[in-house]
Amino acid sequence: MSIRGRARSALPDALTEDDTVLIAVLLLCIGVLYFLIGGLQAFLADATIVNAAFQTFQSILFLSGVYAILALALNLHWGYTGLFNIGVAGFMAVGVYTMSILAGSPDGLPPGLGLPVPVAVLGGVLAAAIVGGIAALPALQLDADYFAIVTVGFSEIIRLTLLADTFSGTVTDPSSSQYNVVNLFGLEFGTGGGRGISTPIGNPLEFLFDGPLQPVGDVLVSVGDAIGIIPQVVEATTYTAFIVLLVLPAYYLLVQRVGYSPFGRVLKAIREDELVAQSLGKDTRLFKIKVFMLGSGLMGLAGILWYGTFGYVNPNTFRPLVTFYVFTALIVGGSGSNTGSVVGGAVFAALLLQGPRRLAGLINAGAQYSTGGSLPEPANFWVALTSLDPLAWLGYLVTQTPNLKFVFLGAVLVYLMQNRSEGLLGHRKETASSVDLSERPASTNEPGKPGGQAAATGGESDE
Amino acid sequence: MSEQGETGGGAAPVESNVPDDVDLDDVDPETADSSIEESAKTVPRGLPLRVQNLRKTFGGITAVDGVSFEVEEGSLTGLIGPNGAGKSTTFNCITGVHEPDSGTILFKGEEITGQRPHEIAQKGLVRTFQIARELEEMTVLENLMLAPQDQEGEKLTNAITPGLRDQVKRDEEAIREDVWEMLEFFEIDHLAEEYAGNLSGGQRKLLEMARALMTDPEMLLLDEPFAGVNPTLEEKLLERIHELTDRGYTFLLVEHDMDLIMQNCEHIIVMHQGDLLAEGTAEDIRNNEQVVEAYLGEDV
Repeated sequence: MSIRGRARSALPDALTEDDTVLIAVLLLCIGVLYFLIGGLQAFLADATIVNAAFQTFQSILFLSGVYAILALALNLHWGYTGLFNIGVAGFMAVGVYTMSILAGSPDGLPPGLGLPVPVAVLGGVLAAAIVGGIAALPALQLDADYFAIVTVGFSEIIRLTLLADTFSGTVTDPSSSQYNVVNLFGLEFGTGGGRGISTPIGNPLEFLFDGPLQPVGDVLVSVGDAIGIIPQVVEATTYTAFIVLLVLPAYYLLVQRVGYSPFGRVLKAIREDELVAQSLGKDTRLFKIKVFMLGSGLMGLAGILWYGTFGYVNPNTFRPLVTFYVFTALIVGGSGSNTGSVVGGAVFAALLLQGPRRLAGLINAGAQYSTGGSLPEPANFWVALTSLDPLAWLGYLVTQTPNLKFVFLGAVLVYLMQNRSEGLLGHRKETASSVDLSERPASTNEPGKPGGQAAATGGESDE
Repeated sequence: MSEQGETGGGAAPVESNVPDDVDLDDVDPETADSSIEESAKTVPRGLPLRVQNLRKTFGGITAVDGVSFEVEEGSLTGLIGPNGAGKSTTFNCITGVHEPDSGTILFKGEEITGQRPHEIAQKGLVRTFQIARELEEMTVLENLMLAPQDQEGEKLTNAITPGLRDQVKRDEEAIREDVWEMLEFFEIDHLAEEYAGNLSGGQRKLLEMARALMTDPEMLLLDEPFAGVNPTLEEKLLERIHELTDRGYTFLLVEHDMDLIMQNCEHIIVMHQGDLLAEGTAEDIRNNEQVVEAYLGEDV
């Protein structure tokens, strides 16, 4: 406790007082750290340092950003309302797939509906919200843990439906016996099934490089060129900037407004004790459905902004593992706290998800640099152990990083649950109100004044 | 009058000379001063709550077996009975937590049987819980801010849309004043920013009652408000309850501390094994042999 207290007091005041500053500084630190790691690795591997450093910098910030927005959306469900939604991946899939189907070319394989991309994105978000609304219906009757099972089931049903050949639209010839284009009131489309589907948007900021604003893009590219960054990385950086500087603040502001309001107060009350909320005249079902739809819509949008820009997705992208990652991010940051959600998203992406991989890459590059050869790669744990060669042990660790990452993740979670179950920023007093409640009206401060009329004059009619 | 309730299913005694649907709007709680209060003992008033033939079973167990009673407006009515008498079940049926198997419940002349808890609360019939159910990870202030009905900011669009949010803020500023006054009234203003979960048992009871009052109810159902409360605090709570009755609030109190009910309630309902055993004033109850036999023992 005292160590934590001292660590806290060592931080500049701005960090502990202003959440925006805290988040900005954290993201910047992560970015710089990865910039250095990427640069060092490139230096050791004798590659173009600036380009590699910048690439690592922007990719970690992108991952931090998308995990942060997903954690924010989940915070509405789990952190505020206590709705144990473990179907996050499903709602992301609905968003991405709806968007892809709506915007896909009618002549494509699978055929789409050929709508403009912005309409398709909106459609994707709405579809995710509506599916969320449907998924929430059982939540009205079920307790938290049963509801969790419903949501994970829902998300798997979505994934398996998308995977099914029946709706895939891969055989477009109506005379064929395998004809599998979905025909809904004359609208023909398909999901692509196991082959996946191409997503129509690449970079939403494409217009900077190939459109009316091309001069701006040209300047960026030439600046990049001057310091040794290739155009693709410049383009990717603009998209990362879009996510981190525009989308993330927008999500944060939105969720913050929801939380710091009478609406958010009812959500918190539902989390704490639903019967109490009902006994105070709150129609909790309505609140649960509303917040579930909002959160699901935001998850759908997050899916679109993330996987929707890859050019291609398949249903297996949306395995429950994605949900687990988002939950981990939220729990690490502190569920119930919006700032915690963002911090959790960034910390999870940077330290838990990418950290081990980067470290292994760095070690590998270092070994190659110093010894001129690569590290030994023992076939299995037993071989590594019995070789009694520290280098072989290191080599084993490095080659097994993709698997050991999960061991590390598990260990961190166990530690966190035991020592700081509320997460890094959980249990902070983020009071659910649009105004500062501690501001006491002067009139009530007078001693001797009978606390009186309050009871009788309730209600907000007296403006 | 003392033994009229014993058949349980029979018509309740006081019903005859009082119309079902007394217009409560005519009675302004703020002006219900003590002179009205005194005359009230003789003049029959409205019946905010009527319970008729209420029956509730759980599996093979009949928890409440055809109970009928009424609560007069502005009264402090006590509902007593030994453990397992069906008091809490009756309470839960009235407030919509359980759906009764049969029987009707009328509030202000309107049937509320089987309605959901929030609908009943919105009508002005608000309850507290036997074991104080405070919202632990919300501050005392948040707990009270939650209660007022029909807040504009409870609509999602109002909460997030820039222009509409200003109105939400103004509303909340107004509510905040009421909340602070309420905190003063219950003398828990020094705990305002504390998490409700950190409060002592007695303080939680105060908080819960303050929270129920913030909904601006007409009638309060208090489920064992004095359980686990120390004598000083009990005194304080009682003082508040009497003050509020004087202001026109109606109370139905579930309690198994007989003395407390005897000393404080004008009207007492005694339940035993799911039945209504007796009904009347403290004097009536004290002289009722069945009650003495079933519940009180020899020392009352």
